Amino acid sequence: MDFKPSVFFEALGSNALIQGVQLTVALTVVAFVVGVLIGLVVAVLRDNRLWPVRTLAWTYIWIFRAVPTLVQLVFIWNALPQLIPALRGAWFSPFLAASVALSINEGAYAAEIIRGGLLSIDEGQRIAARALGMPPYKVFSKVVAPQLIRVVIPPTANDFITLLKITSLASFISLRELMTNTQTEIASSFRFAEWYAAAAIYYLVLVSIFMIGQAWLERRYVWTSARRPGAIARLAGR
Amino acid sequence: MTGHILDEAVIRELAATPITDYVIEARDVWKRYGGNEVLRSISLGVHRGDVKAILGPSGSGKSTFLRCLGLLEPIDRGEIHLEGARVGVHEARGRFVPLPERLLARQRTDIGMVFQRFNLFPHLTALRNVMIGLTEVRGMREADARSMANDMLERVGLGQRASFYPSELSGGQQQRVAIARALVMHPKVMLFDEPTSALDPELVGEVLTVMEELAREGMTMIVVTHEIGFARDVAGRVVMMDEGRIIEDAPPDEFFGNPHEERTRKFLEAVR
Repeated sequence: MDFKPSVFFEALGSNALIQGVQLTVALTVVAFVVGVLIGLVVAVLRDNRLWPVRTLAWTYIWIFRAVPTLVQLVFIWNALPQLIPALRGAWFSPFLAASVALSINEGAYAAEIIRGGLLSIDEGQRIAARALGMPPYKVFSKVVAPQLIRVVIPPTANDFITLLKITSLASFISLRELMTNTQTEIASSFRFAEWYAAAAIYYLVLVSIFMIGQAWLERRYVWTSARRPGAIARLAGR
Repeated sequence: MTGHILDEAVIRELAATPITDYVIEARDVWKRYGGNEVLRSISLGVHRGDVKAILGPSGSGKSTFLRCLGLLEPIDRGEIHLEGARVGVHEARGRFVPLPERLLARQRTDIGMVFQRFNLFPHLTALRNVMIGLTEVRGMREADARSMANDMLERVGLGQRASFYPSELSGGQQQRVAIARALVMHPKVMLFDEPTSALDPELVGEVLTVMEELAREGMTMIVVTHEIGFARDVAGRVVMMDEGRIIEDAPPDEFFGNPHEERTRKFLEAVR
């Protein structure tokens, strides 16, 4: 076996991977935040009173879930500048192209998650909030949203992890994220095992950190007082 | 339960004001869902301090009517008046059009609603459920809202349960929190939509006790219910609804002793 630990550790500490990780994280966060915002809007439009609006929202979800993410990515990076001359400038960077592609893609998935979440909230919740006299934005922010967040945390976390990993597709448009830099290093060193292993470790660490955050968030949305000392005893009737 | 549920000042005020005016009134209200006429010319008013019970088979439009009165559903025709003023609509270019939701919300603060399935907010403690109307609708300071809400929970017998979440309370306790949540807003009228129908039989009593006390203290109430005992003992008038119409409206003695309508007779036989 030809696995040199020294090469592996050198790869782990290399500037190439550390900088790659930074871009990977930045791309993931940007695409996630923008994607969830798009998803929120599209999910709400899916239930609009006007059928053309509903159809538009449905079409968005249909197209961007059906077409492979890689195709969307290279389309935006390679094809769009051909179609739209304004995009030929240097400002249209691989990072921007990848952000746009992954945000749009994430938006379609997030829309379905959020729509499912909205459907799961009992209609009586909205009615009770309205009966109290809450204006529409408070019905949403104080009653619907907290309950929505709880139900969408698990599927959204799943989605986030997928998103983190498919940022590696951006290596196809030469964005210097984690995967691109790994391959560049391999091209000059031919040490496949050590560099891929190092890249895998970084993905593993990123996802693990994220999972800790998810567990913390889920605990915040447990709606019982059982965490407080004595509550269980009181429930039991003394 | 000790003392009053309503504030002393409120009880005095209710006792002092004349009872001749309707607090809330429906005039010739019509409502249709799709091709279905759910409400056909409903007219009904309730005087200050009076309790009206609405009985009727399921599908007769009772709940829909209550939601229309609570300004939660737009009506197709007719008028709703709250303390003499028309609500739910405003005049625009000589015609009455439904108010936008934001303004309807303001008018709803004067109407308290209690639902069959409680509809407490599961992400908030009992205390927060009662506070949320004060802080988010009335714009009250957190500390003031907290003390008012604590007070109100105390009065419905749940002072010890303030920090519990709805999932940790029995159905009867949840419904009492829901009543407190509506009462703390000082509504002019309370609308109850089958408040005990989702409860286990042994929990019905604790909710009815609170409602009876409220009635004694002069709260104006409309109660859609299947509790014949409550309608007979507490209501000033009992109303029978069937197929979207009011077919009988009489004092309890007459309603239960000598109903005019054959359908009322049949219904009473069936539920007894």
